[in-house]
Amino acid sequence: MDKATYETTKYIKGPMHQSLRHDSAHKHVAGSAEYIDDMPEPAGLLHGALGMADRAHSEILSIDLSAVKTYPGVVDVLTAADITGVNDVSSGGRHDEPLIATDKVEFHGQTIFAVIAETRDAARKAARLAKVEYRDLPFWTDIDGALENGAPLVTPGMTLKRGTPETELDKAKHRIKSSMRIGGQEHFYLESHIALAIPGEDDDVTVWSSTQHPSEIQHIVGHVLDIPSNAITVNTRRMGGGFGGKETQGNQFAALAALAAKKLKRAVKFRPDRDEDMGVTGKRHDFKMDFDVAFDDDGKIHAIEANFAARCGYSSDLSGPVTDRALFHADSSYFYPHVKLTSQPLKTHTVSNTAYRGFGGPQGMLGAERVIEEIAYALAKDPLEVRKANFYGEKGSGRDVTPYHQQVEDNIILRVVEELETSCDYQARRLAIIDFNKTSPVIKKGIALTPVKFGISFTMTAFNQAGALVHIYQDGSIHLNHGGTEMGQGLYTKVAQVVADCFQVDVDTVKITATTTGKVPNTSATAASSGSDLNGMAAWDAARQIKERLVAFATEKYAVPASEVEFLPNRVRVGDQIFTFGDFVKQAYFGRVQLSAAGFYKTPKIHWDRAAGRGTPFYYYAYGAACSEVSIDTLTGEYLMDRTDILHDVGKSLNPAIDIGQIEGGFVQGMGWLTTEELWWDGKGRLRTHAPSTYKIPLASDRPKIFNTRLVPWSENTEPTIGRSKAVGEPPFMLAISVLEALSMAVASVADYRICPRLDAPATPERVLMAVERLKRA
Amino acid sequence: MTSIRFILNGEDVALSSLDPTETLLDFLRLKRRLTGSKEGCAEGDCGACTVLVGRLVGGRLSYETVNACIRFVGSLNATHVVTVEHLAAKDGTLHPVQQAMVDCHGSQCGFCTPGFVMSLYGLWLTSENPSRAEIERALQGNLCRCTGYEPIVKAAEQVGQIRPSSLFDPLERERANIIARLEELATRETIAITGPDGRRLVVPGSVEGLAETLAAHPKATVVAGATDVGLWVTKQMRVLDPVVFINHLEDLQKITVTPDGITMGAGVSYSSALNVLRKESPAFGRLIERIGGQQVRNMGTIGGNVANGSPIGDSPPALIALSATVTLRSAKGTRTMPLEDYFIDYGKQDRQPGEFVESMFVPRPKASSHVAVYKISKRRDEDISALCGAFHLETDAAGIVTHIRIAFGGMAATPKRARSVEAALYGKPFIQATVEAARDAFDLDYKPLTDWRATAEYRQLTAKNLLTRFFLEVSGTPQELQRFAVEEA
Repeated sequence: MDKATYETTKYIKGPMHQSLRHDSAHKHVAGSAEYIDDMPEPAGLLHGALGMADRAHSEILSIDLSAVKTYPGVVDVLTAADITGVNDVSSGGRHDEPLIATDKVEFHGQTIFAVIAETRDAARKAARLAKVEYRDLPFWTDIDGALENGAPLVTPGMTLKRGTPETELDKAKHRIKSSMRIGGQEHFYLESHIALAIPGEDDDVTVWSSTQHPSEIQHIVGHVLDIPSNAITVNTRRMGGGFGGKETQGNQFAALAALAAKKLKRAVKFRPDRDEDMGVTGKRHDFKMDFDVAFDDDGKIHAIEANFAARCGYSSDLSGPVTDRALFHADSSYFYPHVKLTSQPLKTHTVSNTAYRGFGGPQGMLGAERVIEEIAYALAKDPLEVRKANFYGEKGSGRDVTPYHQQVEDNIILRVVEELETSCDYQARRLAIIDFNKTSPVIKKGIALTPVKFGISFTMTAFNQAGALVHIYQDGSIHLNHGGTEMGQGLYTKVAQVVADCFQVDVDTVKITATTTGKVPNTSATAASSGSDLNGMAAWDAARQIKERLVAFATEKYAVPASEVEFLPNRVRVGDQIFTFGDFVKQAYFGRVQLSAAGFYKTPKIHWDRAAGRGTPFYYYAYGAACSEVSIDTLTGEYLMDRTDILHDVGKSLNPAIDIGQIEGGFVQGMGWLTTEELWWDGKGRLRTHAPSTYKIPLASDRPKIFNTRLVPWSENTEPTIGRSKAVGEPPFMLAISVLEALSMAVASVADYRICPRLDAPATPERVLMAVERLKRA
Repeated sequence: MTSIRFILNGEDVALSSLDPTETLLDFLRLKRRLTGSKEGCAEGDCGACTVLVGRLVGGRLSYETVNACIRFVGSLNATHVVTVEHLAAKDGTLHPVQQAMVDCHGSQCGFCTPGFVMSLYGLWLTSENPSRAEIERALQGNLCRCTGYEPIVKAAEQVGQIRPSSLFDPLERERANIIARLEELATRETIAITGPDGRRLVVPGSVEGLAETLAAHPKATVVAGATDVGLWVTKQMRVLDPVVFINHLEDLQKITVTPDGITMGAGVSYSSALNVLRKESPAFGRLIERIGGQQVRNMGTIGGNVANGSPIGDSPPALIALSATVTLRSAKGTRTMPLEDYFIDYGKQDRQPGEFVESMFVPRPKASSHVAVYKISKRRDEDISALCGAFHLETDAAGIVTHIRIAFGGMAATPKRARSVEAALYGKPFIQATVEAARDAFDLDYKPLTDWRATAEYRQLTAKNLLTRFFLEVSGTPQELQRFAVEEA
C-alpha cells in the first residue's frame, strides 16, 4: 500500500452526499473509456447487418437472397429457419415480436434476414441486394389511422377510477372537453446499439451488449437459441447513453449475434448504422389525450375523465406498463375529487415503441398540465394560480388520494413551487412580460412555472429487487459488482460511494466492475429511475454483512465489545489499537473470515392490483418545479429560450454534482421532446427523420440562455432509502413542460390571453406559427 | 507520386494503396486501433468523430476541426491529423481542455466526449476568452444527449483563460517540427493511386492538373469538403471511381475583395468565406454561421454547395439575390453565367462532363441598398433549411423600388427567384401597402412541397412573412426582432 493510505485523514474521499466526479470522467475525456466497439476484436470476427423490409404492412411472397449470398465477403445469411429456439424477442412474453419476420411484414424496416460477412461494409452492402416479392396490405402509422381503422390493442388498456365522475361532471359550474396531441421521441443515445457474441464450448456463449437489462438479454438469447440461461453470460461495462432505448431494444441484436456465433463458431458483432438503429428500434409513444373536465370559478377541478390513446407500433413490447404509467401521472400534482382515466394502447404499422425516460409519465403529466392551461385561459387566470388551487393537500387533508387510491404521504410540492416562485421572481417577471407584449408587435414573450411529482418504483412489483456482490481482497482493495448498468447517469459512482462510506475507505479503494449476469443474477432493468435506490441498498447490504463479520472477528480476537470496533477513515480502531483498513482485512483473512458477500434488497410497502386499479405502486414521490421564459417570432414561429430556473428534489443527494447533471440533462432532453424533435413518417410508412440530419435534438445553443439549477436544500426522503436520497433519472425530464407552456403563453398573447392556444407537442416553429395564425383569426 | 502521406499524431503515414472512399474514421478505428474517436452518425452531424486536421497555408500551420466519419483519407496528403489520443501528456496528465471537462462534470455517458474535447481544443487554439456565443458556434456540430451542455460550455469558459504553452500543449511543442515535415510532404505533382479493388483516386497538384484529370476522366467524382459526397458513401453505399480530391488546391481557395465585389474560389470553405463575409456582407455572413456545424463549415465549400445543386442549397439563394455569377472551367477553357441560370431542374445543373466550378463572383451591392438573408429551420443551428430566403433592395430618394431581387431555397426544385413578387414591388414605393399587395405573388412563384422539414402551407406563409419582416427591418428595425437575426455576442 502506498504511504498516503497510512496518513490519518479526517474524512474519506467520496462518501455518500459528496460531489464526486463520474468514475470514468478521466477516461471519457482521454478517449480511453472502452465501449463495445472499442474492444480488441476476437480473431476471425464476423460482422452482421440487417436485411430490412421496405414495406409497412405486407405479406412476403418470396425472398431471393442469391445476390446477397454471393456478394464478396459474405459468409452466411440468416433467416428464420436458422433459429434453433423460438423466433421471438418480445420482452413481455406475448410472442408478438419475431426476431426475423417470415411471412408478414408489419413495419417499414422490419428485419427479414441478416447477413454475416467478413467486414461490416460487405455485410451492409450485401444486405441491400435481396429481391423480395410482397403483397401489400392496408396500413396505418399514426393514432388517427389506428382509430379510423378500428386498430386492435397490442395489450389490454387500464382504467383508474375514483368517485363518480360520470355524474359529477355535470355538477360544477364550468366544463371543457378538448384534446391534445403529444409527439413521440427518438432516444438518440450517441452510441447506437451493439452486440458482440463470442461462442464457447458446449452451449456457452458470451455476449457483450449495450443494454440496460443484461438479464433480459440472457433470457432472450436462451429463448431464441434454446439453451439454458446458465450457458449465457451477458456483460455490459458502459453504454454511450440509454434513456430507456436500451431496456428491451438490444434483444434483437444480441440474439442475432449469438445465433450467428453459435452457428458459425466464430465471434460475431452487430453494430447497426445510425439510420438502421433509428429504423428498427422503438421510440417514445405518441399520445392523443381526450378529456372532459368540470371545475369551479376558482379553477378547482371537480371531476375529470380522460382517455389516453397511444401509438404503440406493431407489437406490445413495454406498451402496457408505459400506458399504465401515463395514467399514473395523469394527475400531475393535482387532486381530482372524481376521476376516471383510461388507456388505449393502439397497434400501428410502425416500429414497436418502447421505454423512454419517464416511461409514459411525461405524456400523462403533460396532458394534466394542458387541462390546467385550459381552465386558466377559460377563467382568465394565471395558470400557476390554478395549479396551486388543485395541488394535493397535506396527508389527511382529504385531498391526498391519487386516482389509483394511493395516499400521498410525502407531499412537498407547494413549498417547492412557492420557493421557486420567489427565487426566480416569477410574479414580477410575468407582469413585465405582459407589458412587453403590449408594445412588441412581432416578438412575443411567455413565462410558465410548472410542477413535477413523479412516482418512484417499477409498477411491476417483482422488478423492485436488486443484488450486489462485494469482495474485499487481502490487500484491502474492494471489488464491487451489482445488477445496475452504467449508461452515463453515474450509477457506478454513486454505488461505489455507498460502499466506500460503509467501510469508511476512500472511494478509489472500490473497483467498480462491468455488470455481468455471471456475478449477480436475475437483475431488473436499470430503469424507472431506480438504479441507485435498488443497487445502492443491495451493495450496502453486502458491505454490511462483511462489516458485521469483521466486527465479530475483532471482538473475538481482541476481546473487546462491538462498540469498541470503529471504522475510521481508512482505518479501523479496535479498543485502543488502530490498524489501516488493509492491515485489518489481512488479519481477518488469516482469521478465516469470509470477505465476500452477496447483498440483496427489495423495496418494502409497495403492491399493485392492476385489474382493480388500486394499490400502492410507488414507494415515494420525487418533486420539482421549473420556470421558463421564452420569446417567439410571430412571423416565422421561431423561438429563443431566454431563461430557465429549476428547483428539484432529490432528497438528501448521494452526489449533488451528478444529480445536477441529471437534472440539467433531463430538462434539455425534455425540451427537445417538446420543441424540435419531430418524428415524421411518409406515405409509405417510412420514417424520414432517420438520423441527426433530419431529427433535431437540442444543441448547446438551444439550452436556455440563463440556466439556474438548484437542489431542494432541505429535502430528505421520508422513507429509509439509501442515505435518504431520492431517484433522479426521470423526474427532471418533465421540468421541460414549463417550456411548452411558456411558448403557449407567448402565442396566447396575440389574442389577449383569452384563448388557450392548444399548442401540441412538439411545438416546432411551424406549430407555433400555425397556432399564432389560428388565434389571430379567432 | 504514388502515395498519400501525412502525419498522424506523431507518426508518419504513407499509403500507396488506398480505397478512394475510405473514411478517416474507419482508418483510425479499424486500421490503427485509435478508438477514441467515435462513430455516432456517419454523416457529419453529431461530432463524436471530431479530429483536428492541420495544414500549411501560406507557410502558416493552422488546425481545423473536421468530421472524421465523412473525411476521406485520400484528401489528407500533407496534413497533420490530431486525434484525442494525442492530447494528454505521456504520463497521463490531462490537457487543460480535458481537465476542464472533468472538473466541470462535462461528461456523463462519455461517448460524445472525445468529439467535444476536440472541438473545444480547436476553439481554444484559435480564440482567447471566447464569448458564450462563440462557444456555442464552435459546438454547433457536436451533439450531447446527456448533459444539457451547461457544464461543457462552463468548461470552455474556464479553460478559455489558459493560453497554449509548450509546457502542456503538444501542438505548441511540436509546431516547428510539424511545419518542417509538412513542407516536405507538400507536392505540386499529381498523386494517383489505386485501392485493393482497383478503384482509383487522383490528387491533382494544380488547377491545370485538375482540368487535365477531368478531361481524362469526365465521369470522375470531384470531392472538395466531402460533406455531401461523404454521405453518398456512408449512407447510400455508393461505389465511386475515380475520385478526384481538390480540397488542397490553394489556387481554388482565394478570396479577392475589390470595389466591384468579391471573387471566391470554388474551394473556399464556409469558414474561410465567413472571415471575409462577416465584414463585406454581414447578412450573408450570418447565414453561413448557421450552415452545418463548425466541422462542416471547415470542410464544406460554397463551390461544392453550388456544384451539387441541392434544391435547398443554403448559399445559392443569397448568391442569386446578390446577382452572383459562376465560372466553370474545363481543359477547353472557362465560361461564366449568372448563377440562377446554372440551376436547371431538380438535381440537374448546367455543368458539362469534364467541367468544374472554378469560382463565384458576388457584385458589391450599392451602399444604400438593403440585403437580408433568412434561414428558417426546425432547429436554429446545424439544420437544413425548411426554407431560406434572400432579399436585395434598392430604392431611390423618393423611396421607389429601383432594384429588387428575391430568391428562395426550399420552395421549388431548385433555388429560385420570386419574379412575380419582384414585379409586384418594382417601381412602387416600398411601403406597407405595396408589401401587403406583393405577398400574394408568392403563390404565383412557388408551389412548395410538404416534407419532414415543413408543410407546404408553412413554407408559403413564412415566405410571405419574411417579406414582411424584411420590410419591418428596412423601415426601422424593432430592436427585439434583431435578436432572432443576430446571435448575441
